[in-house]
Amino acid sequence: MLRKGGQSRSGASSPGQGSVLLSGTAAALARALGASANGNPQEDGLRQVLEEMKALYEQNQSDVNEAKSGGRSDLIPTIKFRHCSLLRNRRCTVAYLYDRLLRIRALRWEYGSILPNALRFHMSAEEMEWFNNYKKSLATYMRSLGGREGLDITQDMKPPKSLYIERQGLTVSTGMNLTIIAVISNSWAEAIHLSLVRCLKDYGEFEVDDGTSVLLKKNSQHFLPRWKCEQLIRQGVLEHILS
Amino acid sequence: MSEAYFRVESGALGSEENFLSLDDILMSHEKLPVRMETAMPRLGAFFLERSGGAETDNAVPQGSKLELPLWLAKGLFDNKRRILSVELPKIYQEGWRTVFSADANVVDLHKIGPHFYGFGSQLLHFDSPENADISQSLLQTFIGRFRRIMDSSQNAYNEDTSALVARLDEMERGLFQTGQKGLNDFQCWEKGQASQITVSTLVQNYKKRKFTDMED
Repeated sequence: MLRKGGQSRSGASSPGQGSVLLSGTAAALARALGASANGNPQEDGLRQVLEEMKALYEQNQSDVNEAKSGGRSDLIPTIKFRHCSLLRNRRCTVAYLYDRLLRIRALRWEYGSILPNALRFHMSAEEMEWFNNYKKSLATYMRSLGGREGLDITQDMKPPKSLYIERQGLTVSTGMNLTIIAVISNSWAEAIHLSLVRCLKDYGEFEVDDGTSVLLKKNSQHFLPRWKCEQLIRQGVLEHILS
Repeated sequence: MSEAYFRVESGALGSEENFLSLDDILMSHEKLPVRMETAMPRLGAFFLERSGGAETDNAVPQGSKLELPLWLAKGLFDNKRRILSVELPKIYQEGWRTVFSADANVVDLHKIGPHFYGFGSQLLHFDSPENADISQSLLQTFIGRFRRIMDSSQNAYNEDTSALVARLDEMERGLFQTGQKGLNDFQCWEKGQASQITVSTLVQNYKKRKFTDMED
């Protein structure tokens, strides 16, 4: 990808050694990040790019003055060339630093709020400060959720499969296995405060806790939270099935 | 599997590159042949063989044929072609377009220009009369190759895939990787491991790195 001077295959010339930019130091920064993560901030590379930007800017300033006062309008393409180079250098630098920030942000989520020294060694002082500010913003946000204690959203990144219920040292999971529980022993279901009921008459829609509703038709069977159906049992709509 | 690092995506296939995308920066570093329509004073230092020397104010003469990176060509181009005019790289010209239409699958797109689609899409900015044909060619080439990429990415599980991706350009490799990730996620779910909390790859890579540091 990099060609430093000399003839290319088509016979056209390539930019020579003269330019840090054109030989791709800025792009090398970008490529270094494309490949791997968590290197040291390339302070030398960055310094080189910034120095070149300063030189380009000064040359352009002087040429602009000459173009305006000395009537050298033929310098305009040259000025444009240098301007493009400045924009390019800026883009590479910003993209490089931004990508590092994305990785540092990810560290908060994947590693936690306290980083080991070895990782911190790879971060510049400004990046460390950014990390601390990000931590604070995240903590403030989490405190504002879920009532008085707040909610740690960096936990349980994968939704828990089941709610575990202890019964004499045995863990039982709800959901799919519930029907099995009912078959094995109704008393276990009672321990989770669910009752197996049979509907004795057409009742219609009955709303359960989380907003879903159940259609109570004659002879249909359901697992319902006990406290909810107690009244219906007493009313004779439902029949509580004991094993 | 829940990764927290999301790199900035490439925009090269659309109308504009993404400013912060490292992929786009690398893509626009590639060169294309141009012709200088006007002399460029004081830039002779960059193009030593072409420099007119001190009498011309160290200029790159008008009419010089150069290879410039895409970002520079884009920046200096205007529709009146006052500063430069652009020539299409060979792989986007008619000869190669015929090759692609014959059989898109045999071509090693990684060798002829690792960012074939992205670079080709951005080439459309230069208002070539062949633009319509170029865009058709890019599209049809992709359509011709896509089936094989999808197939292989969905069926190579736990294998060495280097042979499969060797002749793919960067965009196709990204696609292949996405397919592989989907396949791996599905297999993981099928094994019932989807809810398993795993060590983040960031941490894993860091640990690997630490080990190799110790070896030095």
